[in-house]
Amino acid sequence: MNYVIIGNSVAAVGAIRGIRNIDQQGNIIVISRERHTAYGRPLISYLLGGLVTEKRMAYLPEDFYEKNRVNLLLNSEAVGLDTDKKRVKLAGGETVPYDRLLIATGGDPFVPPIEGLAGKGKVFTFTTWDDAAKLKGISHDINRVVVIGGGLIGLKAAEGLHLLGKQITIVELADRILSNAFDRPAGRIVAKKMKANGIDVITEDTVVKIEGEGADIHGVTLKSGDFIPCDTVIVAIGVRPAAGFLKGSKVEVNRGIVVNDLMETSAAGVFAAGDVAEARDFFSGQKNPMPIWPDAYIQGDVAGVTMAGGEKSYLGGLAMNSLELFKVPTISMGISNPLEPKEYEILTFQDLENYQYRKIVLKKKLLVGAVLVGNVERAGIFAGLIREKVDVSPFRNSLLAPDFGIIYLPREVRNALFAPYGKVA
Amino acid sequence: MKRIYTIEDVCIGCHLCEVACITEHSLSKDPVKAFLHEPLRPISRCTVEEQNGGVLSLSTTCRHCDEPDCLRACISGAIQKYENGVVRIDTEQCVGCWSCVMACPYGAIQRNLTKKKANKCDLCPDRKNPACVDACPNRALVFKEGNQK
Repeated sequence: MNYVIIGNSVAAVGAIRGIRNIDQQGNIIVISRERHTAYGRPLISYLLGGLVTEKRMAYLPEDFYEKNRVNLLLNSEAVGLDTDKKRVKLAGGETVPYDRLLIATGGDPFVPPIEGLAGKGKVFTFTTWDDAAKLKGISHDINRVVVIGGGLIGLKAAEGLHLLGKQITIVELADRILSNAFDRPAGRIVAKKMKANGIDVITEDTVVKIEGEGADIHGVTLKSGDFIPCDTVIVAIGVRPAAGFLKGSKVEVNRGIVVNDLMETSAAGVFAAGDVAEARDFFSGQKNPMPIWPDAYIQGDVAGVTMAGGEKSYLGGLAMNSLELFKVPTISMGISNPLEPKEYEILTFQDLENYQYRKIVLKKKLLVGAVLVGNVERAGIFAGLIREKVDVSPFRNSLLAPDFGIIYLPREVRNALFAPYGKVA
Repeated sequence: MKRIYTIEDVCIGCHLCEVACITEHSLSKDPVKAFLHEPLRPISRCTVEEQNGGVLSLSTTCRHCDEPDCLRACISGAIQKYENGVVRIDTEQCVGCWSCVMACPYGAIQRNLTKKKANKCDLCPDRKNPACVDACPNRALVFKEGNQK
């Protein structure tokens, strides 16, 4: 069996381990357009800010590829796919044949057309190790930065640059930063902390023009008419599934590559996982891209196991984010900010002075979402209650307790989790 | 693999498992020295929870899951599952992002705020039995072959 994986980040790693759990014999080829072995992609802001060294970027034990007998093709970009002949076409012209193919190419940063952007020098995106290295390399030439987009990527880029002593303004279209994961109070708490650290956060506005001469940037003009002087612009509006090379193939691409619960695409023998895929949502059952690190691993694992003939099924994507900004830890998960609040019950605790906030979202007897700011201890218990669809009504009044833990769960749940009874070897 | 299980009915809430855990992972491996003189004293990897003033108590620790959610969430690769089944955090590699805290359904990963590192049970690699199990005066903790669920 020839397994080919395009992409070499967390979904690919999940898939390699998944395949090898079932099939120790087959050949595995991994094709990556980057020059590095798998690295902790979310660490690029730490690398930029000098919090980790290059050595610590490695995501895997050194012997991982060898131990799992993976043939790794770095600096190789897949540019086409022939699903009839079962071949992947590479940029250099070669083709790679496959029996089972996994597309785990992740996302490409989205750069919208902005007036004045073309031809400017210091405009960057921030999704790869090389992006971080480029910024770090010219950091002596950077003084004032405008970050377009107050999502996860924008905030992380801002944090890295702040650690380098740069002056930063974040411009976000929504009414708060991290609008996907946070509700208003959580967004405010973090924005307050950022402002206290000298980072300007402008919401409900956007950059309409990049001003400057030749390649030099002098500043940006906002929709509101304000002008913000800067010499560097980071575009962090979002990522789009990196599925462009599938044009003309038989793989169905909607917003991402459409997959079923086995991570199979519309083309026989072709699977997709991670940020490039559009899989089932845990709650709604609708398919949508979910660019979440743990979810990419899980999708990769399901894909790997099913590619190798094993049985495993995806339980649906559950959004979750852990982000610490300026020493304020935040964790959000599930439906954290429901669009139709009437269908939900929301419990909150706030102590904004001390940067503490806790929000629990319930739907009937089930926990469906949580936001924790400050005290994030044991947040995963909430994730478990969501995933396992545990009836939380017997202990719902304890869900906001600052020391919420296992002991608040019913006895039979506690015993199922920790007691020796029934746990045969 | 061998795992640590908790019999909550016989837990007396004495927290000796936590003391033993901290001692075992300290530099001196002596409780008095560790608690009085080690500025970077470790934090406990097991958590004793109590209710009703201690009428109900139990000690919770890592399950060393077959498919660890913490490993899947870890962005730096600091968490690995070894061939003997033990799930461990490489503290040097950990960046303190708390993704594992977000993911672990057992609440078994602690935040060491002094070191800004995640912290979890390693089943005491230098010992025959984990220190918490040996320290438990009423045998509320048992270390035996068993599955996760």
